[in-house]
Amino acid sequence: MDRPENSTPVLQEDRETLVKILHQMILIRRFEEKCAESYSLGKIGGFCHLYIGQEAVGVGAISALRQDDYVLTSYREHGQAIAKGMSPDAVMAELYGKAGGCSRGKGGSMHLFDVELGFLGGHAIVGGQIPLATGVAFAAKYKETDQVTLCFFGEAAVNQGAFHESLNMAQLWKLPCIYICENNMYGMGTSLQRAMSFQNVALKSGAYEVVSEAVDGMDVLAMRAATQRAVKRAREESLPTLLEARTYRYMGHSMSDPGNYRTRAEIEKYQERDPIKIFTTQLKDAGVIEDGDVAEIEAQVKEDVERSVKFADESPLPDANELYTDIYANPIDRNE
Amino acid sequence: MAVLTMRDALNQALKEELARDNSVFLMGEEVAEYQGAYKVTRGLLEEFGPKRVIDTPITELGFAGLGVGAAMVGLRPIIEFMTFNFSILATDQIINSAAKMRYMSGGQFKIPIVFRGPNGSAYQVSSQHSQALESWYAYFPGLKVVMPSTPADAKGLLKSAIRDDDPVIFLEQERMYGMKGEVPDDEDFTIPLGVADVKREGTDATIIARSVMVPTALQAAEQLEKEGISCEVIDPRTIRPLDINTIVESVKKTNRAVVCEESHPFASVGAEISAEITERAFDYLDAPVKRLSGADVPMPYAKNLEQMAIPDVAAVVAAVKEVSYL
Amino acid sequence: MANQVVMPKLSPTMEEGQLARWLKKEGDKVSMGEPLAEIDTDKATMEMQALANGVLRKILIQEGESAPLGQPIAIIGEADEDISELLKTAATPKPAKAESANEKLPESDAAPEVEAKLSEAEPAKAAAAPSGDGHQPSAAPAGRVLISPIATRMASDAGIDFKTIQGSGPGGRIVKRDIETAISDREKAPAAKGAAPRLTLPRRGEKGGVHGPSAYRDEPVSEMRRTIARRLVTSLGPVPHFFLTIEIDMERAADTRRSLNELYPDLKLSINDLIIKVAAVSLIQHPQVNASFQDKTIRFYEHADIGVAVATENGLITPIVRAADAKSLTDIAAEVRELAERARARKLKPEEYLGATCSISNLGMFGIEEFTAVINPPEGAILAVGAMSPKAVVKDGQVTVRQTMRVTLSCDHRVIDGATGAKFLQTFKQILENPLYLFLD
Repeated sequence: MDRPENSTPVLQEDRETLVKILHQMILIRRFEEKCAESYSLGKIGGFCHLYIGQEAVGVGAISALRQDDYVLTSYREHGQAIAKGMSPDAVMAELYGKAGGCSRGKGGSMHLFDVELGFLGGHAIVGGQIPLATGVAFAAKYKETDQVTLCFFGEAAVNQGAFHESLNMAQLWKLPCIYICENNMYGMGTSLQRAMSFQNVALKSGAYEVVSEAVDGMDVLAMRAATQRAVKRAREESLPTLLEARTYRYMGHSMSDPGNYRTRAEIEKYQERDPIKIFTTQLKDAGVIEDGDVAEIEAQVKEDVERSVKFADESPLPDANELYTDIYANPIDRNE
Repeated sequence: MAVLTMRDALNQALKEELARDNSVFLMGEEVAEYQGAYKVTRGLLEEFGPKRVIDTPITELGFAGLGVGAAMVGLRPIIEFMTFNFSILATDQIINSAAKMRYMSGGQFKIPIVFRGPNGSAYQVSSQHSQALESWYAYFPGLKVVMPSTPADAKGLLKSAIRDDDPVIFLEQERMYGMKGEVPDDEDFTIPLGVADVKREGTDATIIARSVMVPTALQAAEQLEKEGISCEVIDPRTIRPLDINTIVESVKKTNRAVVCEESHPFASVGAEISAEITERAFDYLDAPVKRLSGADVPMPYAKNLEQMAIPDVAAVVAAVKEVSYL
Repeated sequence: MANQVVMPKLSPTMEEGQLARWLKKEGDKVSMGEPLAEIDTDKATMEMQALANGVLRKILIQEGESAPLGQPIAIIGEADEDISELLKTAATPKPAKAESANEKLPESDAAPEVEAKLSEAEPAKAAAAPSGDGHQPSAAPAGRVLISPIATRMASDAGIDFKTIQGSGPGGRIVKRDIETAISDREKAPAAKGAAPRLTLPRRGEKGGVHGPSAYRDEPVSEMRRTIARRLVTSLGPVPHFFLTIEIDMERAADTRRSLNELYPDLKLSINDLIIKVAAVSLIQHPQVNASFQDKTIRFYEHADIGVAVATENGLITPIVRAADAKSLTDIAAEVRELAERARARKLKPEEYLGATCSISNLGMFGIEEFTAVINPPEGAILAVGAMSPKAVVKDGQVTVRQTMRVTLSCDHRVIDGATGAKFLQTFKQILENPLYLFLD
């Protein structure tokens, strides 16, 4: 796949931002490595879709948002949830199905939510979040706030009607929504080539006159810069944008994926362009950080991740009567 | 009280609620400039403008999902399906998103959205346009399902549905849009969701009917009265949550129950009501609960076949006689 | 200590058994484990073993009779033991006993006593469909009472034994209105309490009332009934016939006819008219005989529509006296005469000769003493009536000459069992031997 040439010079950003971005990416990487371990220990149930390899997309894009902007995404959302500000404790406890989880143990890995932080899920039907995000953007425009909505989805969701219906409405009604397609080249075990007749996702937006950009999804600053341009368009002109982030996932589709649809060599090739590795190198080359800074980040991250596991372990299971709560906001019960 | 058609009663409810709360907006195919495919939304664009009364492309999944997203962050959308047959395209968003958002987020969201439009048969519109889908939606916890049978109920229930903080499937009936009845003009007139209404009192048999089957049941009851059989007609009005107590209390009194519906029989709301009666009032039954459903076939086009596919007054009369051993 | 021997369960699906053969006589010694009798179940003929040592003191059901599971069929005890208590509890009144009572009592007092016995044996409001033998009026054909939940509750609240009620719902299901009727009947007739139950004859219809084909109710064919039907059909042909003959003392019938004809010379009442009426009335008493086998159901008719075989030049035809049970002798006499005339003139309409519930064929006028008639399907039975003739009989220890007549009932064994047919004939005989019964109600 082509690597888009739209990288941003490192030195345009201040050090604090750059270190924070690196810190988040490392935190997400280590957090998910821990998830894989906990999953294999049986602490995490159900499905567990890991983000490892794609960290630059979520971290870079979300770094371009204001705190009150919204994020909606798919079921591969641990990284974006943390990037939006959710604590690793609440996320890990949710994966553990505990009362201390962000969704009180009722959502699990695929349904992380934090309304306060503007993280609106965690949706597990491929493409289902795209009309929802369009509606959130609609509401922001309706209420005349200047909030922006970011919607992540994989390239396989582009084949769903929901994607096309949403882009059409967003441009028709001029909605401040940024659609970020994380093109990791596989929809579960089916490669892009086997699933999409015309594989340039960014160009598809032309059918709806939505502005689009293809971005190197392994370059966190490129993601950040492209998203900043889209945010400006959304906030100032109330217009949607489609970003195609070209990226790669190192792990299987989920923890139960044997991965025999691709070669070890292919994975290793992409790992050479690991987003954390290249960003660290960039920062070192530019003299922004030194080896000691990375070690300090790793130590801090290790502590945070260990703490999240301890929190999840110690958090109680949901109370039995939680089974019947949260079904309705206005329960009507004349019959029990 | 004014005498209004059901169409105008619904229009009044929409108008009053749009005026009452700025977070309410109405969206759907042909709701604005065309004035509504069935004229339920007549005059609303003029009064509330294009920001609040919005014509959509024919993109049911898209605008249903858009509505749910807007509800997640505080708006109160009213999504019109031109008919509920088209809602089938939108079921992913209704079922996977609207019904479950609150639960799977651990109670972080209210989803105050109304999906409304005509449900069930119309006049010779054939298989794809004549479906009664209440049992689909009533199946899912997280949704509320409402089916009015009179203009007053339509107005009072729609206003309650719009004010409710949960997703409500509001099922109208095209055959009933022209039906007239007295409707309170009071802007605060509402009918609570989840409360059944005894449309006619009686002692010998209970007929449970909803939507377009209510007038049919009432006509049957009138005919049976002449033959000395006194029927109680109960309209649950809200299918989920179902006011089963009112139904069961009536059956305990009459000992006989006939459940009428225009939907298909298999796993229908009638099947559910029948099962509930059997569980809760078994010792009071004098006959097995009789279900009277639409034919278990796709709706045919031909007029005579279509008539045969929907329970009529004679069928209700016969069913009541059957459970009364007459 | 004396013990009752009860009808045992000899197959998993058995609901009642028919006593095929007693292997011991009354007075025989029996020991535990010894074969006592052969029982026909729905599956096979099985040997039944004694479960006590002693003497077979009393046989309670005879060969050919059936009894539901658990019903006492014999008593085993010591040779000199008093078994009167056991006999009392085991007593299942039979018309046979009623008949003997009749004979023992002075004639003027006989009737009420006989009525009492008869109605115990065959309550007019017996269960939906007494099984073959009808010992337990409560038993539906499948051995259980069909009753709606609310009817059960109401019966229990009102202290009514619903087993004595005939259900009016589908398959004889007892429903709410049946209990309501029972309650109101009880309230209407408090004085009748304690009084001897009476033989209730069907009410006469309105004079000149028009009767169409009889109404009926269909009851499901029980498993056993199905088995019987299948077995008998394969062995005997499409309609498995069996025949029961009984001799009737016709003195009083002849007297009655004579007296009535003296009073009403125009009436021209025949013995056959009397037989039609008595048969109709008896059929109502024995609904199992006024029934037809419908493969999946057994159809019980509410009225007795009697087909009267009439010989014509072109052959046999059976015009029908509809609801003969509800018609007066006068009406029957006139109707039969008129129908026979038109039959001979070949002017009967199909509805006048199709669809009887039971038929009578009388060859007495040809001097035939006794014969068997072939059932006209789907009727369940036909009565073949022989000639009335003088016969020497022993009565009260004296040889006297009495007018007697022999009738033979052909029964469809799929519907009617031996004992059922026999009991019908006993009622028929009892009324015909004392036609005053006809004028009681």
